[in-house]
Amino acid sequence: MHTEHPTSPRLLDAGDGGLVVELGSAISESVNRQVIALGEMLERLALPGVREVVPTYRSLLILFDPLVTDRATLSERVLALWPPRDVAGDSTGHWLVPVLYGGEHGADLDFVAREHGLTTEEVIALHSGARYRVYMIGFAPGFAYLGGLPQAIHTGRRTDPRVTTPPRSVSIGGQQTAVSPPFALPSGWHLLGQTPVRSYDPRRADKPFLFAAGNTIRFAPISAAEYHALCAAAEAGEDVAVREEHA
Amino acid sequence: MPGHLLIERPGLFSSLQDFGRVGYQRFGISASGAMDAVAMQAANALVGNEPGTAVIELTRLGIAAMVEGAATRFALAGADMTLAINGRPAEIWRAHALKAGDRMEIGKTMTGMRAYLAVGGGFDIAPTLGSLSTHSRSGIGGLDGRELRAGDRLPLRTGSAAPLLWLPPEHRPGNTDPFRVMLGPQDDFFSPAGIETFLGGDYRIGYKTDRMGMQLDGPRIEHAAGFNIVSDGIMNGSIQVPGSGQPIILLADRQTTGGYPKIATVIGPDLFRLGQSRPGEIVRFRRVTGEAAQAAAHAHEQMIADMIANMRAC
Repeated sequence: MHTEHPTSPRLLDAGDGGLVVELGSAISESVNRQVIALGEMLERLALPGVREVVPTYRSLLILFDPLVTDRATLSERVLALWPPRDVAGDSTGHWLVPVLYGGEHGADLDFVAREHGLTTEEVIALHSGARYRVYMIGFAPGFAYLGGLPQAIHTGRRTDPRVTTPPRSVSIGGQQTAVSPPFALPSGWHLLGQTPVRSYDPRRADKPFLFAAGNTIRFAPISAAEYHALCAAAEAGEDVAVREEHA
Repeated sequence: MPGHLLIERPGLFSSLQDFGRVGYQRFGISASGAMDAVAMQAANALVGNEPGTAVIELTRLGIAAMVEGAATRFALAGADMTLAINGRPAEIWRAHALKAGDRMEIGKTMTGMRAYLAVGGGFDIAPTLGSLSTHSRSGIGGLDGRELRAGDRLPLRTGSAAPLLWLPPEHRPGNTDPFRVMLGPQDDFFSPAGIETFLGGDYRIGYKTDRMGMQLDGPRIEHAAGFNIVSDGIMNGSIQVPGSGQPIILLADRQTTGGYPKIATVIGPDLFRLGQSRPGEIVRFRRVTGEAAQAAAHAHEQMIADMIANMRAC
């Protein structure tokens, strides 16, 4: 779709210290790849006054020090990078994430199955049969928004969001799925399961965050016994997500 | 050997804060940081600290604490909380020397929201992801990722031996002008009438207001293009307008991304005054251009430099 690839991005104001570089208005893999590529190029440039770059689904937020640089200077530098070279390819990580589906670990599995006229086994097979792309990390530390959910289990959000959901939940909302960090969080998404994997762990001092935008993830169903063994290993500080060589 | 500050009464919501955590929003980590960074810098300067040394942010009601094991110095700046040292009233916006066994009692504030307690040399606590700022919702930073409790012992560093300083009242920051905003990034999601309503209205600060955000109650802002966007990044000072048409100003502890359109952004130089605004008070907004906002950022830096230059020895 040519409309997904603007000839140049929209530059929007976000106060005296913020510039939004908007590449599209909808969720699209090609737009997200450009966001990540542009973000990486900006990181590498380390422009004076740029405090941080926050890539999201379809835009980048550049936070800057207005005492050091300004919107006009930054806009010029961003437009000079356009179109970004796609670097968000195989240089990034691919992960296999074990999940215990259903029961108290995935309180909405039955609902999702009923909603689509499927068995719970079919929902698990669909959810764990796809490879997902990390579109962004946001909302809470290490919370990964994933695209690529099979259409057969696209499910609108809950009408009554939960005030709290279990840590390390794997959930679906609309056309997305997500992995929660090891905290209880409010959520309106449907809970399918729980993973022993900690997407954020401050004890991993060198790399507290497991996933980054542009990574890919597959889910592997596990038994309750495997889940508890992996939880104990994760508790002891082991990495229980498997890094895969290729997508 | 440096001593400790023993927290005897924790106040309403007291947490360690500095300039906040920079560089981790892309991993979902909120920036956090002092809600009134001007008062934080003042408190630090009064005791001879670097401007961004971590301080205790006190909310509406301060702490009672005792110094253990060594002498230290401290200063309180920001909202006008009452202060007593060993039972005798003492001045805020002024550095005080304390010896081991001395007690400070910090009471309520009648105006403003937050005061900042700086100790000479700062606290000897390891930063998390480059900052001591506490984000209590995710349990990151500060002391064990949480607000202070009675019985906590905060280890002190050895402070500066420079003179104790005082800031005369006429040089203390603050004004009651409307909050300056730049429109965007999603002002095109609102009708011209909606933007006029926002810029012309009186908005009352709601009681669901905290370090994460400030809920406002006032004339309903009309959307033009729906009220859902694909989630994007959020600034300190971003003003989002959900379907209710009532704006919410997102602040230091905001979540990193959100899916409501943001009509405008409060400019950096005015954020410290939001940090001192109380539920029930009225806020108004005034639109400024990008050039005016940039000039305001420079003027704000100069205001802080002048404030510090006007501190004098006690």
